[in-house]
Amino acid sequence: MKILVALKQVPDTETKIRIGADGKSLDGSDVKWITSPYDEYALEEALRLKESAGAEVTAASVGGEKAKDVLRNALALGADTAVLVKAEDAGDPLAVARILAAFAKERGFELVLLGNKGFGGDNASVGPMLAELLGWAQANVVTKLELSAGAFRAERESDAGTEVVEGTLPAVVTAQRGLNEPRYANLKGIMAAKKKTIEEVEAAAGAPALVTASLALPPARPEGRKLEGDAAAQAAALVSLLRDEAKVL
Amino acid sequence: MLVFCETKDGKIRKPSLEALSEGRRLADAAGKSLGALFVGADLAGAEEAAQYGADAIIKVEAPSLAAYSSDGYAQAIADAVQAKGATVLLAAATSAGRDVAPRAAARLGAGYAADVTGLAMVDGRLEATRPVYAGKAVSVNRFESAVQVATTRPNVFVAAPCPKAGAVESLPAPAGGFLAVVKEILAKGGGAVDISEADVIVAGGRGLKDGANFAILQELADALGGVVGASRAAVDAGWGLPHSIQVGQTGKVVSPTLYIACGISGAIQHVAGMSGSKVIVAINKDPEAPIFKLATYGIVGDLFEVVPELTKAAKALKQ
Repeated sequence: MKILVALKQVPDTETKIRIGADGKSLDGSDVKWITSPYDEYALEEALRLKESAGAEVTAASVGGEKAKDVLRNALALGADTAVLVKAEDAGDPLAVARILAAFAKERGFELVLLGNKGFGGDNASVGPMLAELLGWAQANVVTKLELSAGAFRAERESDAGTEVVEGTLPAVVTAQRGLNEPRYANLKGIMAAKKKTIEEVEAAAGAPALVTASLALPPARPEGRKLEGDAAAQAAALVSLLRDEAKVL
Repeated sequence: MLVFCETKDGKIRKPSLEALSEGRRLADAAGKSLGALFVGADLAGAEEAAQYGADAIIKVEAPSLAAYSSDGYAQAIADAVQAKGATVLLAAATSAGRDVAPRAAARLGAGYAADVTGLAMVDGRLEATRPVYAGKAVSVNRFESAVQVATTRPNVFVAAPCPKAGAVESLPAPAGGFLAVVKEILAKGGGAVDISEADVIVAGGRGLKDGANFAILQELADALGGVVGASRAAVDAGWGLPHSIQVGQTGKVVSPTLYIACGISGAIQHVAGMSGSKVIVAINKDPEAPIFKLATYGIVGDLFEVVPELTKAAKALKQ
């Protein structure tokens, strides 16, 4: 089975966000870049499928030169091949999904795994868009995945609880925390990854469907108020403030 | 303009009513008519959409749609958008909305803005505001595509009655033979009200020391008509708390009117899930806890003393 794992490079969660001079992008200068954490669950699941049933795992990332770090890490963890699909991610999920769909069609995958959302944009939409563009089944926010001949069974998180989705392969599955526990790269893997080459392909840049008009820091929350006195006095003060000042009770 | 609406137990879900109300406001601003779109096998309750501004109620009703299917529902929604010539499609950013709306958008070649907190019509085009980078920045997006799709974050937009004609119309359902279908629902969600729809959330963190202690939060939540939430630290502590009540970057993103954080330090991953709350109360022993930077009202104190007092005061107020 040929599995594609799509990996996105994102700013580390702890990174302080600064807005770029154009007023619509992130100032990337002091940013520490990492693999989007949900994508790590996707990669881990692909590696487990490879170990349990045999599979060829391709890691791909849509991005620029620096996204090679993410791919190098995937190789160190056990991906067979890594491909940088060269394109600037301008924040339009449909554009990214189109690039990935073109790549996936050309290489004949049976399963695409990726995170349920990328930290940062939090659109949670590349997975379902990719599934639609490929005409494949989808299961999103998945915490358990089982494959059989030509079919899958997945458990996904929904408002109603845990839903069981059954569908046919090929499919796009997006990973949620709980699917597995991602491994760490060991020294042997890291050394081996250094010797592997990262393939580069050019993506055809299409017209974006969504553009960012502006990016700004959120308005600061007004200074809060600390309440005084013992527990009973604080509780009484809070309830009257919530009723009379905040008007939420 | 179309709004994809979900029903539950014969009623329209609250996040859908919010999306519908916002759709009404936008339709008025753009001089367009508004349709409420329902997909399923039993669409009882759909008529309520007329009370929230729907000029038309459009039903795609068929036995093949009894179980939710991402591809089946996306097909039904995209077909309806095309049949009605809609240029804007809204849905609530519920688990189903976030599953189907991007798929329908791709089918329509439409741009998609997820989980938006603000919408406007500018020169007849939709403009969407949404938090990004874990709420540390706000992005304003515009659409370049003919059809524009967005999901609205629950609890941000106000569901306001606005009676309209609500003429009912049926559209044919997709043929069936869907690629993936929901077969069953295993574990039920947290409580009667899903945490992402709740108006009041009383959340606990590591400071609760044990899962059994969440009972005191439940009492306060009951007194306030709210639900209980938890931080990742509390869920991961092995106290038997379900992941469905976890608030944060790897859990639910919530925007209640009132969020009471008890024994929660305020790690950035938690803040990412609750910083959109209108009023935030923090109760923590540590005066240096980062949660106080965010709090509208801060109580430095022992939650085991403060929370029961709050429950008493809240009950007294309600009487």
